[in-house]
Order: sequence, then C-alpha cells, then structure tokens
Amino acid sequence: MTSYLLETFKAKFPDDVLETHSFRGDDTVLLKKEALLKAASYLKDELGFDFLMDLTAADYLPREPRFELVCHFYSSKHNYRLRLKCPVPEAGASVSSLTALWDGANWFEREAYDMYGIKFEGHPDLRRILMYESFEGHPLRKDYPLKKRQPRIPHRD
Amino acid sequence: MDKKNLQTPKNWNLETLEDGRMVLNMGPSHPAMHGIVRVLLTVQGERVTASDVEIGYLHRGFEKTCENVTYNQCVPYTDRLNYVSPFINNVGFALAVEKLMGIETPARAQYIRVIMSELSRLTDHLTCIGANAMELGGFTVYFYLINAREALYRLTDAVAGGRVTPAYTRVGGLTSDLPPDFGQRAAEAFRIVRKNLSDADKMLTRNRIFYDRLRNTGSITKEEAVSLSFTGPALRSTGVPFDVRKATPYLVYDRFDFDIPVGSNGDNYDRYLVRMEEMRQSMRIVEQALAQLPDGPVNHPDFNVILPPKEEVCGNIEALMAHFKLTFEGVKPPKGEVYQAVEGGNGELGFYIVSDGSGRPWRVRVRPPCFSLTGGLSRMIKGGYIADIISTFGQINMIGGELER
Repeated sequence: MTSYLLETFKAKFPDDVLETHSFRGDDTVLLKKEALLKAASYLKDELGFDFLMDLTAADYLPREPRFELVCHFYSSKHNYRLRLKCPVPEAGASVSSLTALWDGANWFEREAYDMYGIKFEGHPDLRRILMYESFEGHPLRKDYPLKKRQPRIPHRD
Repeated sequence: MDKKNLQTPKNWNLETLEDGRMVLNMGPSHPAMHGIVRVLLTVQGERVTASDVEIGYLHRGFEKTCENVTYNQCVPYTDRLNYVSPFINNVGFALAVEKLMGIETPARAQYIRVIMSELSRLTDHLTCIGANAMELGGFTVYFYLINAREALYRLTDAVAGGRVTPAYTRVGGLTSDLPPDFGQRAAEAFRIVRKNLSDADKMLTRNRIFYDRLRNTGSITKEEAVSLSFTGPALRSTGVPFDVRKATPYLVYDRFDFDIPVGSNGDNYDRYLVRMEEMRQSMRIVEQALAQLPDGPVNHPDFNVILPPKEEVCGNIEALMAHFKLTFEGVKPPKGEVYQAVEGGNGELGFYIVSDGSGRPWRVRVRPPCFSLTGGLSRMIKGGYIADIISTFGQINMIGGELER
C-alpha cells in the first residue's frame, strides 16, 4: 500500500524519484541526488516538514552507487515522518548541502563528511567533527578495518 | 602527513585580535562544565561575540562497533550512550530492532519498559538540574537531587542489577521481570524523590540568584530551535509542544494521562521549569503504569527471537538448537531499514537500523538528542556574558557518551 504523501511526491518529481516504499510503516523516497535540494525545499515550504530530524549516510560497499545519504524529516503540523534517501557514487562523493534550509544540517553534515567522506556542496564550514584534523580515512566506511591504528601525531608545544 | 595539520592551532593561546576582541579557550576540561567539550570564544570585554564548539573527545566508535556484533550484543553498548538515562537507550534500541522484525513484546514487558524509561527520565533530569545548580553555586541542591537520584538508582539496581549500565532489554523482551516488592520499593523511592524535589524547588525556583542567572540567558526563538533540529525540553521551553511520547506514541504511552509542559521564552529558566514539571509527570506515569501493570510473560514466545528458558534448553533438542543459533548467530531480522524514535531525557533519541538479513546490523545510526543542542550552543551563547555559558551549557545537558558515541 502506498501512502498519499508518497504519491504526491512521485507526481511532483516524476523524473527524479527512483523508488518509494513503506517498509514497516516508514515512508521512504529514493531520490536522485541532483534533486535533493529541490525536493527538500518542497518538503519544507509546501508540505510542512519543518524538522530535519536526522541526516546521515550509509555505506553499501560492493554495490554501486556505493553510498546513500539518509535524511529523516518530521512535520510537526501533520505529525508525519518521511525518509529521503539519495544514492551517492564513490567517485568524487558529493551532494548538495541542506544548511541553507535547516541550520541543524550543519553538524549532521559535518559528521557525515567525517565518517564517510561525502562532501556537501555549499556547506559553510565543512570540517571533521568527531575525529581530529589529521585523522586518516573515514572510520564508518566498510573498507576501514575495525582495529586499524592511526599514525602518531607529534606533540604540540 | 599534511604539513598544514601539524602546526599549532592558531587560536590555541590567549590572543588579542586587532579590533580589541580577545580569543579565549574554554575547556576541554573546565571545572564548571560537566562533560568534555572545548569552546573557542571570541569575546569583546565580557560579551561573547563568536564561538566555535569543538567536540569529539569521547568518541568511541559505537556505530562501527555495532556493525560488527550481534543485535543483542549492542544492548550493553547502548547503556553507554546516555549514561544517566540508560534504560531509554536500551528500550529505544530494542524497539527499533523489534520494529525491523515486525514483532511486538507482551503487554507486561511494554509496561515495564515504560516504567523503567520514566525512572531514567527522572534520573536524567535530576542530574541535569542538580549539576546545573551546583555549577551556579547552589551546592546543597546538588546533594538533595543526587540523593533522590540515588534512591532511584537503588530501585533500578534491584530490577536490572545495574545502576548505570543495566543492559536491561533484549530484542523481544527483558532480561528479568520486576522483583515482587517493586511497587512498594517504588513508592518508597518516590517519597524520597518528592521530598527532595520539593526542597530543591523551594531553594531554586524563587531564588533571586538562581533566577537572575537563568532568566533571559541562553534564549532561543521558536523558529531557530526548529531550524536547529532541537527536541526535548530545549524545544518545549520555546513553546513547541513536541514530545515523541504524545506525537507518535510507542509502547503503551497512549494509555496514560500525563501533560507535556511547555515554556514561552525559550531561555534557561523555562528549560529548568519544564524539566521540573516533567519529573512530576514521569512519576505520574510510573504510578499509573504500576496500577495497570498486567500479569503475564515478559518475553516474546518465539525462540527464534529470545533465548529459551534453561530448563527447556537442557530438556529438548529444539530449544537447545534455538539457544545455539541465537548465541552464535544472533537474531536475524529481515532485510530492510527502520527508524524508531523514543523520547530521551534531552529529546528525540532515534535509532536508524539497516539490516542485510544477517545476524549483525549493517548500519546502526543513533540520532543523539544533544548533538543538535550542542550544535546550537554557539547561537545560544552569542551576545551573552561568559558566565552565562555555564548556565546555558548546564541546561543543554550535554552527555558526551551520546553526543560523540
């Protein structure tokens, strides 16, 4: 069964929506990454999704496109949740930033960048957030070994 | 290694800028801030003009670790997310996996989960307000509230066998039922909590110093709070009545009568008042839950989900096989992804779990409530006094464990 929201979304962006599903009641839209900003502002301005609850990524290593950007939206007006996902290929992994629409996206995107190395175009201050600056690699990528050691960083005076 | 990264950070030391502003380093280990966080302040006299919050001192790779262990092995790790309200994390994680599997725990387990979550909310708020008062000079209040917290810790200890790290839930149930005298113990603990809470209320709420330190400090507007993804008491203090327990009720929260307190100014004092009232509401919920508590099992009947009882394991081959499979391979949810939100002490605690059909999660993402709050700290302290950072930071109630995972 597809929900009214997913149908509306499909009708609005017929060329950009790759897939929709409602597994266990979670409405999900899989979207081309080029349409992310357009779709997000449509969600915020027209459909009343005022909260960006969460923004993260996932790594599906052997698969191509390798990464997936996952956003969870919540509408306090309609008391409804929606998940928006964008496949992001590994080569030059980048996606447009949502910081223009939600200030809360700032830190979420910094974390996704830190953990997966996905770049966010238009982010005002894209730095590592949980790791230190000279950390090598991105720890949540599937090809980052669980017990990998990092090189020592020299002592700061 | 990149040469640029080896240089000493430019603003590491006290430094005066050309226009008379000064760069000041607060933290990472500051006596008046609980939790390890570094705030790089640019101040003009006593006023903060800009700040940069630097986190990551307590990152332990929770999400990476969870991808490499079975679902039930993740449960003890969730304790260590928010270590002053561990039961809420346990419950949130278990609910997410159960949603992924499409199963529901028996009614008694759901009631017990609600009771333990609310006790955790109490300990969370008690710690927050107690520590906040202590940092602002009200040392006595700290002991009053920590005494109340201790009574609750003893209660949860009697249930789960752990004060701070109980690891109480399992996918599909609980590790143990409530002890037979739980109702009596809870009533006793609540008597202590109510006494201490009313004492603290008398000492703080209309206290001139405390009031002046909290009123109109760390203010944030409704629009800003929504835009910054604030949830929990910090959001409700601005007047947005969003609480996951009411908005999208999970467990049996829709069977209880309780109120969601909201503020109007979005300042520290409102956050304090919201927390005080929430504690009373939590006790109300626990008392209703204890009155309605049904009899019955606390575990899901399916042995593909929950470990069979020991007599069964030693008595018949099916249970022995189920025990072996569960211990070595773990529960196996179907392929898919879910997001489950619960109301944590600081706001919406969300678990996003992706399963590839095996016994280990492909991806576990925690949406920590205080991540957004700490992200908004710069906004909240801008323009205020340096001394106000303490009260704002205390009311954000940053918990390093869940912030950095």
